[in-house]
Amino acid sequence: MKIVLNGEPQEVEARSLAALLEEAGISGRVATAVNEAFVPSALRSRHMLAEGDRIEVVAPMQGG
Amino acid sequence: MGLVLAVAAALWGAGWALGVPPKSRLTVLAGLFLLVLALQLVLPAGHPLRTATGGSPAPWLLLAGFAVLALLYGRWVAGLRARADASGPKPDAPTGSFSEVELDRYARHIVLRELGGPGQKRLKQARVLVIGAGGLGAPALQYLAAAGVGTIGVIDDDVVENANLQRQVIHDDADIGMPKVFSAQRAMEAQNPHVAVRPYHRRLTPEIAADLFADYDFVLDGSDNFATRYLANRVAVAQGKPLISGALTQWEGQVSVFDPAHSGPCYQCIFPEAPDEALAPACSVAGVAGPLPGVVGAMMAMEAVKVITGAGTALRGALLIYDGLYGETRRIGLKRRADCPVCGNNDKG
Repeated sequence: MKIVLNGEPQEVEARSLAALLEEAGISGRVATAVNEAFVPSALRSRHMLAEGDRIEVVAPMQGG
Repeated sequence: MGLVLAVAAALWGAGWALGVPPKSRLTVLAGLFLLVLALQLVLPAGHPLRTATGGSPAPWLLLAGFAVLALLYGRWVAGLRARADASGPKPDAPTGSFSEVELDRYARHIVLRELGGPGQKRLKQARVLVIGAGGLGAPALQYLAAAGVGTIGVIDDDVVENANLQRQVIHDDADIGMPKVFSAQRAMEAQNPHVAVRPYHRRLTPEIAADLFADYDFVLDGSDNFATRYLANRVAVAQGKPLISGALTQWEGQVSVFDPAHSGPCYQCIFPEAPDEALAPACSVAGVAGPLPGVVGAMMAMEAVKVITGAGTALRGALLIYDGLYGETRRIGLKRRADCPVCGNNDKG
């Protein structure tokens, strides 16, 4: 399935958002959004991805 | 003729020395002129008195003609000046509390349909607290002051260091070693003497945060550590005040307006826990591109202007991501988390 992860087109096996994070090797405390809409971490395993979805993974930053 | 003119000048000078008003002195001179003119007309030619005062009425009449012309010209210029003054800005116009200098200074705001005079007045009445006078604080503070935000508080416990100056444009080389809040205060007051700056040279701690936030309408968070970010969020939510949050690392920055009392989530809805230090390093470790805080800090100031005046749509319920390395901005919608320990009990959202 083709998706766009942080602006980069990618071919992935994962069906859910949680599986995508695992497949992409993203761990830790990040915020996620699918098609510009925020998906809280508790809902990631239930959130199924579709062809062409745009996924944004946002890490908190502390710099100022 | 020279004798008469010398007498006229002496009369004018004596009148000035005695404090006689110019109008009375002019009347005396007019009397002298009429007397001399009468001598020229009445006395026969060759009479010693007539010879001593000119010998003929012609030069005197010529002189009178020039005087009348000068008088008329003066009146005309004064009339033009009065008309020009009437069309210019008047002090204490409808806005009341703005001086003429301030009206001129904020003219580019006042012509904006979304701001206008009322918007500028709201800016002047606003009280805004900025956490951090560093990379994000520098441009945010400068633009808030320039825009005429009436009361600006700034809290930071750091002093200006040489390595700050690659990006923290509010401080100068000569400020190295000085507390950042005082350096920032001086820069802001030099740029706009019509705003009040309150510097707090200390760290934002849980002990003082509530009392400090209570003095302000809302808060800009440009701090450099997660502990301060979570603290600022907790206190802002507790007091129902908007938190304009900016953060950055290396080439990328984030901006959002967290205002669950109005709509949208709080900071902790989106980032429930701080990541490990290794995954979100501080600027001193990871580096930061000099202009990046300028971009993100100016965006924070822009959001502040909108939150104060109600113009447009502030970034409530939205996170703007600016990726400087590729010149991209991405915007994602944010939602409140019902189980958020900070704002979870809030009804709105």
